[in-house]
Amino acid sequence: MNLLELKDISKIYGNVKALQNINLNVQQGEWLAIMGPSGSGKTTLMNIIGCMDRPSNGSVILDGQDISKEGQKGLTTVRRDKIGLIFQQFHLVNYLTALENIMVAQYYHSMPDEKEALQALERVGLKERAKHLPSQLSGGEQQRVCIARALINYPKLILADEPTGNLDEANEGIVLEIFKQLHSEGSTIVVVTHDPEVAEEAQRTVVLEHGRIARITDNNKEIRGCDL
Amino acid sequence: MKKQAMYFKMVTSSLIRRRSRMLVALLAVAIGATILSGLITIYYDIPRQMGKEFRSYGANLIFVPSGDQSTLSASTIKKATGFFPSNNIVGIAPYRYETVKLNEQPFMAAGTDLKEVKKVSPYWYITGQWPANNGAVLIGKEVADLIHLSPGDTFTATGTNGAGEKFSHDFTVSGLVQTGGAEEAFIFMSLPDLEGIMGDSDQVDVVECSIAASEAALGGMVKQIGENVPEITPRLVKRVTQSEQTVLGKLQALVYLVTVIVLLLTMICVSTTMMAVVTERRKEIGLKKALGAANKSIIMEFLGEGLFLGGSGGVLGVILGFLFAQVVSQNVFSRSISFQPLLIPITLVVSICITGLACLIPVRRATDIEPAIVLRGE
Repeated sequence: MNLLELKDISKIYGNVKALQNINLNVQQGEWLAIMGPSGSGKTTLMNIIGCMDRPSNGSVILDGQDISKEGQKGLTTVRRDKIGLIFQQFHLVNYLTALENIMVAQYYHSMPDEKEALQALERVGLKERAKHLPSQLSGGEQQRVCIARALINYPKLILADEPTGNLDEANEGIVLEIFKQLHSEGSTIVVVTHDPEVAEEAQRTVVLEHGRIARITDNNKEIRGCDL
Repeated sequence: MKKQAMYFKMVTSSLIRRRSRMLVALLAVAIGATILSGLITIYYDIPRQMGKEFRSYGANLIFVPSGDQSTLSASTIKKATGFFPSNNIVGIAPYRYETVKLNEQPFMAAGTDLKEVKKVSPYWYITGQWPANNGAVLIGKEVADLIHLSPGDTFTATGTNGAGEKFSHDFTVSGLVQTGGAEEAFIFMSLPDLEGIMGDSDQVDVVECSIAASEAALGGMVKQIGENVPEITPRLVKRVTQSEQTVLGKLQALVYLVTVIVLLLTMICVSTTMMAVVTERRKEIGLKKALGAANKSIIMEFLGEGLFLGGSGGVLGVILGFLFAQVVSQNVFSRSISFQPLLIPITLVVSICITGLACLIPVRRATDIEPAIVLRGE
């Protein structure tokens, strides 16, 4: 069953065609990696999937809902209810503790629950660091808080933008282990990455070039050449 | 944790854990509130301060007998002065005038309450001393020059009293009066002394009153006395009350203008500071939007911080503003200022409104930003 369907998606900024005729389905529980060189349209695609931007053409169906025609308010609601975002720069609120950063996501979604937020931190191995401010945490720890925040509202789709881009090897390993764990539990994950090692962990890798899908590989096996 | 508790936590954490930034904003609000509350205090206290200054220039209200009456009795005067607020009475000096002769030359003697005269006419320049005993008098400079009298000299006053009998009384010159006005042609003695030589009492020709009040308030008192004490015709000393009102009006207008300009400058200063504070938090706003925050939630959070800052700055402003006004008043008027309780809500409301508005404009603009753009740092 498809959780996400991109149908003939294009995004045009003035004369620049950032994305052209993208067709892509992501199944429930699938782990998909999106790769490509700079300027290939990865970020644009991620913003459209993450409901932070709208396509110029085509439609995006997320969990059975066409979000491509939604207004700002509608997109905000979809982001809040269905998507868990993980950023390369972590983007934690610097004046709130690790625990409070997670509770912020609960606050905007429904009701803050300290116990549940603490469990989320425990899941990423940071229960002992709950009362620490982001400035008191390492990059890897901040990313784990960011992951815990993304998971706290049980999103349909976890969308990660270069989640290991700012981490050392050890922390990259920890984050990937968490992703594997999430995937094994049935979470749907879309990861945008430059790193082939991160992409290899996914079930499928979509490679973008010049705003088009160049190819899609499945468990290191090229399943479809694409010249769109 | 309830949503309200989390909201409060977010607002207070932002203020406490970003204290260096917030202190700058708080300082801007507090300085604005201080100057505003200080100037308003001075604005409202000017009439009181200047009123006291003007009281140095003599009586601003006089009582004269009405109609066929030629004198005023003590009971009538007491009834009339009952209409003055006791705190506003600076001095009330009754005068009785009689002609006496010194060396066969006629002079006007004024019997009065010399202690009250000292309060009503503090501008009198006395050479020598104010009379302290019976038989001691003040004589005008003009009289002293005519009959060559100095402080410490004695003289004999002669004349005819109310019963047509001749009198002759010795007096000692206690001091000379110089005013540059009509007073220099008078001999001033205590009312009992004059009543003693005239052989009758309870007859006052005029009462000079010095009341600390605006022209309008004095007008109200005049009306009340006129209606309730028919034996007395109260009159405002127009040259004093009108010039007082004119100077006060101009001074208040000046302070009002300065207050408005300072208020505008404060608004600009606070707005600029708050805009800088909000602008540097664009990423945070973008993040919150990405997490699913509605624009309203973000506005409420920043507004909460703004209101807290405005309230805190307002409280500081009330305290510091009063101290500022006190220093100004001590240096300019040489008097302490009275605290205006109404200033607390005014300063708080103005501070909160200005800070709220200053936050609202940049926050509203910041909520229009696409989270994707802000979070990428573009």
